[in-house]
Formats: sequence, structure tokens, C-alpha cells
Amino acid sequence: MPADAIARGFRRVGNGTMRAIARAGFATRFFLAVLYHSPAAFHRLQLTVREIYFAGVLSLVVIMVSGLFVGMVLGLQGYDALNKYGAGDSLGIFVGLSLVRELGPVVAGLLFASRAGSAVTAEIGLMKTTEQLSAMEMMAVDPLARIVAPRFWGGVISMPLLAALFSVMGVFGAYLVGVRLIGVDSGTFWGNMRAGIEFWPDVTNGIIKSTVFGIAVSLIAVFEGYDANPTAEGVSAATTRTVVGGSLAILALDFVLTVFMFRGLGTV
Amino acid sequence: MTAGHCGPRKAADTIDSLFFAFLRPLHDASTPRPEAAPACAVANAIEMAGVSFGYDRRRPVLRGIDMTIPRGKVVAIMGGSGCGKTTILRLIGGQLRQQSGRVLVGGQSVKELTREGLYALRRRIGMLFQFGALFTDMTVYENVAFPMREHTGLDEPLIRDLVLMKLHAVGLRGAAQLRPSELSGGMARRVALARAIALDPMLVLYDEPFAGLDPISLGVVGQLIRQLNDALGITSVVVTHDVYESLKIVDYLYFVSDGRIIWHGTPEDVRHTADPFVRQFVDGQPDGPVPFHYPARPYVEQLRAG
Repeated sequence: MPADAIARGFRRVGNGTMRAIARAGFATRFFLAVLYHSPAAFHRLQLTVREIYFAGVLSLVVIMVSGLFVGMVLGLQGYDALNKYGAGDSLGIFVGLSLVRELGPVVAGLLFASRAGSAVTAEIGLMKTTEQLSAMEMMAVDPLARIVAPRFWGGVISMPLLAALFSVMGVFGAYLVGVRLIGVDSGTFWGNMRAGIEFWPDVTNGIIKSTVFGIAVSLIAVFEGYDANPTAEGVSAATTRTVVGGSLAILALDFVLTVFMFRGLGTV
Repeated sequence: MTAGHCGPRKAADTIDSLFFAFLRPLHDASTPRPEAAPACAVANAIEMAGVSFGYDRRRPVLRGIDMTIPRGKVVAIMGGSGCGKTTILRLIGGQLRQQSGRVLVGGQSVKELTREGLYALRRRIGMLFQFGALFTDMTVYENVAFPMREHTGLDEPLIRDLVLMKLHAVGLRGAAQLRPSELSGGMARRVALARAIALDPMLVLYDEPFAGLDPISLGVVGQLIRQLNDALGITSVVVTHDVYESLKIVDYLYFVSDGRIIWHGTPEDVRHTADPFVRQFVDGQPDGPVPFHYPARPYVEQLRAG
């Protein structure tokens, strides 16, 4: 009997591994197919613009409000910590670097995965469940070109813009708290920020990060929707996988990118 | 009373028949259909010979299906749930590929078609899905216009006229600006039918077109299938388990059970056959060749086992 149990255990692990490898292979082929069909998404630009509206414009409220509050909290906590060492005037550079390098891309990415990624997965999953994708195929229209590629690129284009807006609102929130509420000198706040943040590497790296996060989240979102079991439960599980997988991918990629980007600066 | 209704109804029927007659030349000459010629040359719209298919090797869904569907006919494929009816449609449409046997549509072997060839074939096939499968982010008008916009390159005013004609054919010209969520089940099915005939196909596949419809909608959809088939000169394959409605509109029926064709004949043959499966199916008997009980251990033995 123990031998049976061990064999069952091995079989389960083996099956799980095989499924994971097969799914990874399918995801890779899916990504290549999306890239192959991407020219169609730009050839008919209105399809992609529509998805930029759904993924980007409709995410503006949550991104801007979150950015504002994150910036305000950064302002409060940052001033409190810096002031202990007599460096309260450095609030501008502290807030700016935190937002542009890390918090902007990462938090905006997490919010994007929750707001837009889940919506894309649910939409494509429901289209599959209600046979809309099959209907499209039977009309000789490839869903990868008509549905998936525009949503993928809509997300990829929206994400860096949303991250930039998040950072801008964060800086504004920190200004409100640091300068208007606490009384840090306005000129010092902006001057330190201008002196301490450079377009290359700080801003550029933030843009690269947010673009990479946009690619990861958008790919996960469209793949999970396309691969969802065509049932209510299947779509629900796929949506959850998008949010969880997208968020973990952002955090893991952020670490990897940070190591590569800032190693040359002597900061890592 | 009857006479009072007869006049307007007759007039409406005349208008309808004129309308369908107007559609006919459209089928021949309107939208570009470069591959239409080979299909016209063959007598049978669909031929299936020895077709076997299974999603995995241990559980075959279809086992040696032989079926011939002549051009211009309405043919029903009937059978219980899960017997493989929809799989046959998917093989015809090239969404699935058989493991053995041959599926010819318009004289072309579906399995051997390249992707481009398959898409060219699909442009000549309309399909009505079980619940319509309308695109929920589009209006009724946009749904019907969708295949035209994707494939024809026609000007928008011409597309508008064609869409209105298709919607008029299914009686829903007035619903053009509604969203799919605002339609009843029967209306959604009719819009899907208008979309299925948008490119004037040679063949229309119907997957359970009567499922979940009220008696009036059921009659309307049934009549539309027959009328459109005759007016447009197309071939229709109707997968259904609605015996009563099917017998009224189809030319021929195939009965599928356990992945095999077990009986076929005309509606008249169906009414008179003594075949136990067909009788059970047509008369709706709970037990027979299709057993009421799912296979299990003997009842008493299982109860005693505790």
C-alpha cells in the first residue's frame, strides 16, 4: 500500500509538471501568434485605440486617486523620517526618486492588473463561453487578430502612460503635504527634485519598467481569457489568475529589472 | 373573420416572396465569391465517409459516420444530448479535424485545406450557434454588418442597404439599433440567422436553433430556416433534438446515437418507421434503446453493500 501511495504521488507530480510545461508551451506559442497578428492591430488602428480607451482612459480615476494618496502618505512618512536626520528639505528628491523609479511603475502596474487586466480576461473568457470567438472563427475572422492583439497592444501602450500619471499625481500629493501642509520650502522641494532626478537613467528606467510590466500583464490577461474554461467558474478562475499572476510577475520583474538597471550606478 | 385576415396576410406573403426573389440574384452576383464555382459543380454540398473522431483515443465521439447532404436541401441531424451532433457540425466547419475518414464540403476535403483555404471555405458557410453568439459589444446592425465589413470592402451605404435587407428577411429591421442584451431569445436567434446569411453562403449550419424558444419563436425560426433555404438556394444542416419542429421543415433526417448514424430517412419515413430508437426519440419514451438508468451496479446489490 505505501508503494501505491508513493506511485500515486509521483504520478500526480508528474502530471502536474507535464500540464505546467504544456501550458507554458502553449503560452509561448500564443505570445508568438499575438506578435504575428500585431500588424493587424495597427493596420486597423481604431480597434487598438478603442482598447486604449478601455484599458487606459477608464483606469484614470483609480490610478490618479491612488497616485495622489500614495504621494501624500510618502510626503508625510518621508518628511517624518528625513527630519529625524535633519534632512527634511530632501523630501522632493526622496519622493521623486521613489515614485519615478519604483512606486509609479509597480503600484500603477498592480492597479492596472486589477482594474484593466481582470476586465480583459473576463471579457475574452465570456466571449469564449458564449461562443463569440467560435462564431468569429466560423466567419473566417481570426480572433487573435480581431480581439486579442488589439487588447494586448491597448494594454502595452496604456501602462507606461498610466505609470507616468501615477508618478505625477504622487509628486503633486507629496507637494500638497510637504509644502502646503508641513511647510517645506517650495523652492527647495522642486529644486532638489530637479537636481536629483535625471531623465537618464531615472525617468527612462521607470518608462522601461512600466512598459515591461504592461507587456507582462497584458499578455497574462489575454492568455488567461483565451485559455479559460468556457464556464462561469472557469472565467472566474481565469480572472483570479490574471490578478494574482500579473501582480506576482510585476513584483518579480521589478526586482530583476532593478538589479540590472541600477547595478551600473553603484547603488546595487 | 378568416376571410378578413386572408387579404392582408396574402399581400404580406406576396411582398415576402418578392423580397426573397429579390435576394436570389444577390446570392449569385453581389459580394465577391471567387471560390463559388467549384461548389456549384458538385451535386452534394457535404459528403462524409467513414468519419471517426474523439477528443482522446480512449473515448471516440464519432465512429464511422457516413452522410451525404445534397445541395439545396434542409437536412436534420438528430440525437440525444452528447451523441456527437455538434461535433459533426464542427468537423464540417473545420473547427475540428477527424482522425479518420473524409469530410468534403463543396467538393473540398476540409482536413486537407490550408488555413487560407479553410477561411475561404468558411466565407461561404454561415453558422447559427445555439444561443446566437451575437457580439455583445455591438448593436444588432453592427452584428449583421460585421462579416460584410470584414470581408467585402463594400461602401458603407451599400452595407447599410444589405444589412437592412437581411434584417428585413428575419423580420427585425426595426430592431437594428438594439443591443443583444435587449433581445429575447427568439429575436437573438433571428439576428444570428441574418448574420449567418450576411455573405450569401452556399451552406448554413444550425446548432440547436430551437433550443429554449417559446412556441411562437420556434415556429418563426423554423419557417425562416425553410424559407431562406429555398429563397437563397442554399443548403441547410440543422442539428437539433426538436422532432416536432424538424419534421415540418426538413427534407431528410439522420439519427445519431453513440457516435453512429443509426437511422436515416425522410420525415414521412420517420412517421411510419418501427425502428425502436427512432420511435423512442420521436415519441419521447423515457426508456428503450436509450436506457433511463445510467449504467451502475445492480440496485439491490448496491443497497445491501451499504
